[in-house]
Amino acid sequence: MARYVIGRVLQFVLTAALASVVVFVLMQVLPGNAAQVALGTSATPEAVAALEAEYGLDRPRIVQYLSWIGGVLTGDFGTSYVTKAPISPVIFNSIQVTLIVVLASMALALAVAVPLGTAAAVLHNRPTGVIISGASQIGIAIPNFLAAIILVMVFSLGLGWFPSSGWQAPIEGFGGFLERLVLPVTALALVQAAILTRYVRSAVLEVMREDFLRTARAKGLPAGRALVRHGLRNAAIPVVTVAGVQLATLLIGAVVIEQVFVLPGMGTELVRAVSNRDLVTVQGIVMVLVVLVLLLNLIVDLLYSVLDPRVRRAA
Amino acid sequence: MGFRRISGFTAAVAALALTITGCSAGAESSAGEGGDSARTDLVVAHTAEPVNLDFTTTAGAAIPQALMENVYESLVRIDQSGELQPALAKSWEISDDRTTYTFELQDGVTFSNGDEFSSSDVKFSYDRVTSDEWQNTLKSKMEIIDSIETPDETTVEITLQRPSNSWLFDLASLVGAVFSEDAVDDLANQAIGTGPFSISDYTRGQRIVFASRDDYWGEAPALEQVTFQYFKDSVAAANALRSGEVDVLGNLQAPELAGEFESGEDFQVLEGTANGEVVLSMNNAEGVFADQTAREAVLYAIDEQTILDTAWGGYGTLIGGMVPPTDPYYEDLTGVWEHDVDKAKELVAEAGIEGEEIRFAVPSLPYATAIADIVVSQLEAAGLQPKIETQEFPAVWLDKTFTNHDYDMSVINHVEARDILTVFGEGSYTGYDHTRIEDIAQQADEGSEEEYVSGMQEVARTITEDAAAGFAFLFPNLIVAKAGVQGLPENFVSDSFPIHALAWG
Repeated sequence: MARYVIGRVLQFVLTAALASVVVFVLMQVLPGNAAQVALGTSATPEAVAALEAEYGLDRPRIVQYLSWIGGVLTGDFGTSYVTKAPISPVIFNSIQVTLIVVLASMALALAVAVPLGTAAAVLHNRPTGVIISGASQIGIAIPNFLAAIILVMVFSLGLGWFPSSGWQAPIEGFGGFLERLVLPVTALALVQAAILTRYVRSAVLEVMREDFLRTARAKGLPAGRALVRHGLRNAAIPVVTVAGVQLATLLIGAVVIEQVFVLPGMGTELVRAVSNRDLVTVQGIVMVLVVLVLLLNLIVDLLYSVLDPRVRRAA
Repeated sequence: MGFRRISGFTAAVAALALTITGCSAGAESSAGEGGDSARTDLVVAHTAEPVNLDFTTTAGAAIPQALMENVYESLVRIDQSGELQPALAKSWEISDDRTTYTFELQDGVTFSNGDEFSSSDVKFSYDRVTSDEWQNTLKSKMEIIDSIETPDETTVEITLQRPSNSWLFDLASLVGAVFSEDAVDDLANQAIGTGPFSISDYTRGQRIVFASRDDYWGEAPALEQVTFQYFKDSVAAANALRSGEVDVLGNLQAPELAGEFESGEDFQVLEGTANGEVVLSMNNAEGVFADQTAREAVLYAIDEQTILDTAWGGYGTLIGGMVPPTDPYYEDLTGVWEHDVDKAKELVAEAGIEGEEIRFAVPSLPYATAIADIVVSQLEAAGLQPKIETQEFPAVWLDKTFTNHDYDMSVINHVEARDILTVFGEGSYTGYDHTRIEDIAQQADEGSEEEYVSGMQEVARTITEDAAAGFAFLFPNLIVAKAGVQGLPENFVSDSFPIHALAWG
């Protein structure tokens, strides 16, 4: 078990290091430069060159990389040369927004998908099961930005129940925080719930055909208890895999939702930084997103070993 | 291509959204109206957000729009009709040789950090503009200054190297902002000025909150707090107005949404003028359009009225030249190049450019992409073959088109006030032969007021007659607000979006 964990963690560290190089190199090939964007439509070439020197953009690439990654490792993402403010607080503030939205929608999606998916599997040859399957099929087909626009139309502009946009930190007022959270979380969760429902359904269906479940029934357990005691844990493995992958997708999908609802999350910061050619900020945000995704994979891998003793033993 | 389909679809959904809500908005506001008139705060939505608060080192219209006249003041300002008015200077006198300006300053002015304002702050600020501390290239407007003297606390004498008709007007722009010597260390994050408001909260990319100052030297503003809320997307901003989260849309960038607000009594739509000329620029120096016949073919081929109606819902004004009607030297040039497809075809044949590829660099901005589609179809009708190359704005467009002049044709809104000499001057991306206007412009600036007007008219006419560029239309300043909001700056003729006069009626 320990070897399995150490191996996975080492793999994580190596991948992250490699990713930092890739991220840095990619930033170098983006067209357009920060000095030029800062000086705008009336800049002279001399002024641009002088500003580049001030930003340190004329140093060798390897020096720029080392000074950047050195800072990142100590939690200092540097100072943006566009906003002239430190980047770490920007990342710290925006990551909270994104994580709250993403985790809340994943929780909501699971809360909907697990009971619905199980019901769809158990009742797969009854009308209820068929209706759930059909509805989830439709849910998958709706892009989340469309779900977002429809939600705004109906619940914000139509009924006036929730604000159409904006963000309020929980400290500034919990009611306002929840009120502004409902629509973006629902928009993200709808599609996720639909996807996960289908996975839960097929996982449970699979498990229901397993020998061990028949054995449990043969020993006298009622169908429901057999499924809860022996079936769900087995069905959980594919669902955890999918949920892990989906969580990574959500993190990225939140970019669009943040734009629609004008949330100050990582996606919004990323889009803004890219259009301002604020490369140091882009690097920082992309790096944090990469690490988050890798971390998610690590957690999913470790969860397998908790859920399934065979994974532990194999390692 | 795929992109365009999505945005069309989004617009359709948004339009649907607005129709659906038409009824409910009415029901809400009857209750809300009474509450609004007692309010002392107001929220204005803007779509262009400042990246920081320092216009001395950062270009772009969003920063002065928020700060000039509201936080920072100059000696003079431009009012809504485009006229000069006193600001920090009570009055001024100009010497007979028209090079020395003697300003008498207001008394009892303080900065928002408590510092006293005096003539030395003016000298400090204006000396600083021409130093290396300023990186914004608009600083060149102050290079004409020869010396600045401060005979006493409330008098400033500025001597120019030569007479200039445009300098005092330039002084009303951001280069004239007066700073306190102790408060320039962190301009990107802290703005300390003499204006009626100070910044009480600044969350980058989201909002700026302005609080009115009790110790302001002039008439106190009606509102205690004004918030600028920034939206990337016009539809989101319009939604926020509909659902009551904002009270004013500062400059609507989606004219198709304006119609929905015009019907009904809950909102007011103001269409004012601005300084933005939407220029259909052509590379005069290189490639297909180095040949004047080829450029003339384009000007005959395009139909500005159709462009305006289709791309921008008919909001805006046809100008035919680089000068907006609010400038003293405006002249109607729309008749110089009539829309004439047959003539255009003839000239295309004469220039021998039929079927030749024309690289049309289109910045990724809503108005630019909308205009480009129509221009392409009009040029194709005349036998030209423009090929749209969409460039991300600002980064890619600034790099390829504006700086490296690697394009044949482009379309961009030039928003700066009185920018005709920059856009068609030396080194500009238009590649226009600036020697054709240089001497006329110099003489006009040094001459009498009448000579200035007639000289600059000649400059503008020369540029239009040389077919240096197409002028699609003058960009409108569209403001949408709740019906109860008063004192809105209908025209955007200076750098600023002044909030001093805003009030609830």
